Amino acid sequence: MPRSIKSTPPRLAEKLLLRVVRDDLGEEVLGDLEEKFYATAERKSAWKAKLNYWYQVVNYLRPFALRKSKRSKNSNNIDMYINYIKTAGRHLRKNKLHSFINTAGLSGGMAVAILIGLWIWDELSYNKYHENYDHVAQVIQNVSNNGEIQTWRTAPYPLAEELRSSYGSDFKEVILASGQWEMIIAAGDKKITKTGLFVEPNLPEVLTLKMMAGNRNSLQEPASILLSQSLAKAYFGDNDPVGQQLQLDNRMNVFVTGVYEDLPGNSTFKNVSFFAPWQLYYDATEWIRTMNDPWRPNAFQVFVELPENADLNAISAKIKDAKLKKVNPELAKKQPALFLDPMSNWHLYSDFENGVNVGGRIKYVWLFGIIGGFVLLMACINFMNLSTARSEKRAREIGIRKAIGSHRSHLIAQFFTESVLVTCLSFLLSVIIVQLSLPFFNEVADKQIAILWNNPVFWMIGIGFTLFTGLIAGSYPALYLSSIQSVRALKGTYKAGRMATIPRKVLVVVQFSISFILIVGTLVVFKQIEFARNRPLGYDSNGLVAIPLLTSDIHKHFDAVKTELTNKGVIVEMAESESPMTSTWSTTSGFDWPGKDPALSVDFPTVGVSFDFGQTIGWEVTQGRDFSKDFGSDSSAVILNEAAVAFMGLPSPVGETVKWFGDPLKVVGVVKDVIASSPYEPVAPTVYYVNNDPGNYVIAKLNPTVSGSDAMATVEAVFTTFNPSQPFEYQFVDEAYVRKFGNEQRIGKLATAFTSLAIFISCLGIFGLASFVAEQRTKEIGVRKVLGASLFDLWKLLSRDFAALVVISSLVSIPMAYYLLTGWLDNYEYHTTLNWWVFVVTLAGTLVITLATVSYQTIRAAMVNPGRSLKSE
Amino acid sequence: MKETKLGEFEEVLLLLVGILGEEAYSFKVAEEFESQTKREVSIGAVHSTLNRLEEKGFLESEMGQATAERGGRRKRIYTITASGQRALETSRDFRVSLWSQFPAFATGKLNFG
Repeated sequence: MPRSIKSTPPRLAEKLLLRVVRDDLGEEVLGDLEEKFYATAERKSAWKAKLNYWYQVVNYLRPFALRKSKRSKNSNNIDMYINYIKTAGRHLRKNKLHSFINTAGLSGGMAVAILIGLWIWDELSYNKYHENYDHVAQVIQNVSNNGEIQTWRTAPYPLAEELRSSYGSDFKEVILASGQWEMIIAAGDKKITKTGLFVEPNLPEVLTLKMMAGNRNSLQEPASILLSQSLAKAYFGDNDPVGQQLQLDNRMNVFVTGVYEDLPGNSTFKNVSFFAPWQLYYDATEWIRTMNDPWRPNAFQVFVELPENADLNAISAKIKDAKLKKVNPELAKKQPALFLDPMSNWHLYSDFENGVNVGGRIKYVWLFGIIGGFVLLMACINFMNLSTARSEKRAREIGIRKAIGSHRSHLIAQFFTESVLVTCLSFLLSVIIVQLSLPFFNEVADKQIAILWNNPVFWMIGIGFTLFTGLIAGSYPALYLSSIQSVRALKGTYKAGRMATIPRKVLVVVQFSISFILIVGTLVVFKQIEFARNRPLGYDSNGLVAIPLLTSDIHKHFDAVKTELTNKGVIVEMAESESPMTSTWSTTSGFDWPGKDPALSVDFPTVGVSFDFGQTIGWEVTQGRDFSKDFGSDSSAVILNEAAVAFMGLPSPVGETVKWFGDPLKVVGVVKDVIASSPYEPVAPTVYYVNNDPGNYVIAKLNPTVSGSDAMATVEAVFTTFNPSQPFEYQFVDEAYVRKFGNEQRIGKLATAFTSLAIFISCLGIFGLASFVAEQRTKEIGVRKVLGASLFDLWKLLSRDFAALVVISSLVSIPMAYYLLTGWLDNYEYHTTLNWWVFVVTLAGTLVITLATVSYQTIRAAMVNPGRSLKSE
Repeated sequence: MKETKLGEFEEVLLLLVGILGEEAYSFKVAEEFESQTKREVSIGAVHSTLNRLEEKGFLESEMGQATAERGGRRKRIYTITASGQRALETSRDFRVSLWSQFPAFATGKLNFG
C-alpha cells in the first residue's frame, strides 16, 4: 500500500520530534505517525498528510512524552550547590557578629564607592546635556593687570560682530550673550525675579535646548522670549504660554514664543530661566547704545560653535589679537589675548593662573575618587582579612569533606560560592544604603543625583566588582586551605604558622594609614575654613542687609525711606552702593596716580557709594576721614583701601590727587581692607567714590534691639510702598559671606562623612581581628592567669600588638599626609599652617579609638575562668 | 496513589483497546475512535491517555511486531488488565443502576413529549 505513494513524511518534523520526545518513545511514536501519514495520504492528499503530520507532531508536545532536561536527570550538582549555600548560611548564622561586621563593613565601603562614583559621573557629565558639547566654546581673554595676567570670561559686546565679519569662516556660529542677570519678570500682577540671558537668536540651537513648545528659532523677533518649563508653569499653569505677554524689568515688553525643558543641574546654564533676544536688551538699554567706546566694558559673553573637526587651538591662535586691534591705546596696554575655552573645560577646568589653565574642580573629582577608592579598598581588605581568619577554623570541615570524597575542585567551588554569596548580599545592601542616603548626600553636595538604574555600565561595574571581591576574598580558603591533607586537618594538628599573621598585619597597617591621612585631611579642611572665617572682614557684617534695587524708585525717595525706617526704629543707618558687600561689580583700568609706571596697566575694583556708606558698614578709617556731606567737594573725592595705597606706593596718600580717565579726584581717606571677594585671596586695591546715580543695592544696618525678622517685615512694607514694581528681596551680608565658604564647607562635610565611615570600617576590621586573636590565644591566657597574671597585664599583652600597628601606620602616613595637605593648602593664597599638633591629636585619637575597640575583646578574653579555657579542646 | 476513577475519554479508549485486541496501539486506537465517534483526535492525545491508563494500572503494554507501512518500526500493543476490566464493569454497573432508578427509563419507554 505505501509503495503506491511517492511522498514521505516531512523529515524536519521527524527530526524535531525525535529531539524533544523521550528516547524510549521515539520508535513507536514515529511508527504510529508514519502509519497515520500514509493512511491520510491514501484517503486525502499527500499535502494534507504532511500538514496532518505536523499537526500530530505538535500534539505530541505533552509532558508525558517530552524528554526530561539533563539537569533534572542528574540532580547531584544542584544538590551540591544547595548544600554549599546551606553551609554558608549556617556559618553566617553561627558567627553572627563576624557576619555582621563582614557584610556591614563591605556594604558600607561599597555604598561610599557608589556614592562617590555617582558624584564623579555627575561631574564628568557636566554640560553633556548640550549635544554640541564637543564643539562649543566660549571666547575668553587673558589680560595683563596690576603686573600679573588675569583671565576674564567676559568680553566687550562688539567682539561678536568682529569675529563674525573678520573670522567668520572659522566658526559655525558666533553668539553674543549677556551675563546671567537677574530680571523682574511680570505677567499681570505676578512678579518674580529670575535669572536669564539676553542672547543672539541662534543660541537655543547651539545649546540644543529641548523645546516643549515653539521651536529653537523663535528668538528672531526682538519682542520674544523663551521660558523654562518650570517658569512657564509658575506663570501660566496649565494654560498655553505661547503668545502670552510678559514684562521684563518694567521696561521691556515681550511675548512668549517658546518653552524649553528645564536645563539639568549639571549644566552651566542650570539657573537660566529665560532666554530673551539681545536686540531687545540693546534697544531698551541706553548706556549700551550711547557709550563712546563700546570696546571698553567687558560685561558680556561670546559663545561660538565650531565646525566639526575644527582645530580649537589653531582658531584660538588666529583670533588672539582680534580685540587688541580694536581697543584704545590705554586698554591695549593690557595686551588682551583672546582664546577659546571649550565647553568641556567650563566646569572642571575653570581655574587660570597667570593665563594658564591650572585645573579647577577636577581636583575634587580626583580627591573624592581617591577617597572612594581607599574606602572601598579598606572595606575589601577587612572583608578578606576576616574571611581568611574565620576560614582557618574550618580546617576540620575540609578534612571531613575530603574524607567522604569531596574533590579539591568541589572545595574550591564551595568557598568561592560562599564568599561570592556574601559579597552579593553586601552589594544589594549597599544599593539600598545608597538609595536611602541619596537625599542627604544631594543636599550636602548640592546635586540632583539618582542611582543609574537603567545604566548598564553601572550594573556591570557593580556586579563585576562584587564578583571580583568575592573571588579575591575567597581565594585564600579556596585555594590554600583546600590543599591541606585531610589526615592533618582531621587530627587538628593543622595550625596557621606565625608567618600567616604577617600579611594580615600589613593589611591592618595599610588600613590605618589611610584612615590616618583622611583624619588629618578632614581636620585641616576645617582648620582652613575656620582660619578664613576668622579673618578680619574690615567691616561689621552684623545685622547688615543688602537689598538689590532694580528700579530707581528708592533712589528718588532715599531720604524719605531712610527717615521712615529710622523713625520706626528698625534701622540705624542706610546707604546706597554699587555692589553688594560680598562682591565688587565693576573694575576700572583708567586709573592714574603720581609716580605710576606709564607702561603698567591696572585694574582696580571700584565701588560707588552714597555718603553714609562708611557709617553703615562700620569700616575703619586709618588715615584722613570718611566721606562727608559737609564737604561739598566730596563729590570728586575718593577713599582708597590699604591694599591700593600699598600698590600705588603713595607715602602720604591723603590729599594726593589721582586721575580717573583724566578726571582729577582727591584722596580724602584710607580704610582698612574690606574683604569683598574670596576670603582666601588678598584684598584687591579698591577705590571708593561718591556716586550720585542710583545704586544697585541698598545696604542697611538693622537696629540690634529689634529682631531680624520683625525688622525685615517693616523694611519690606516700606520698600514695597515706595518701589511697588519690584518684588522685595534681600540678603543678610553675614549669611552671604558664609556662602563663600560653601564649597569648602561642602567638602568638609563630605570629607567628615567619608572619614567617619573609613574609621568605622577600620574599627570593624580591627575589632574582628582582635576577637580572632583573643580566641586563638584562649589557652595562653588561661595559663597566664593560672600563673598569676592580672586582668590589666593581660589587657596590656593583647592590646600592645594593636597599638604597635597603629603607631607604625602613623609613621607611614605622616609624611604622605604632610605632602598631600601642603599641596592642598598651597591652592589658597590665604591659608592656615599645618601644625604638628594636628598629627599628635590624630595619633592620640586613633590610639584611643583602637584601644577602645580592642578592649572589648581583650577584656572579655581575659575575664574567662581559666579552668574553662584550659579544659576546652 | 493514582486516581482510579475513569473519565469519559478514558473509558472509551479502554473499551476500544478491548475491541481492537491484538491491534490495540496508539494509531489504531485513534483511527477507531474517530470512526466510531466521528470526533477528531490526535495520536498524541490518545497516546498520552493510554500512557496514563497504564500508569493507573488499567492497561499494560509490550512492544509488538514491526510492519513495512510504519517504516519497519515496532508498535506498542496495549491490553486491558484485570483491574482495567473491573473499572469498566464498575462504571457500567453504576450507570445501569442510575438508569434503573429513573422510572421513566426503567419502563423502556422514553417519552420526552
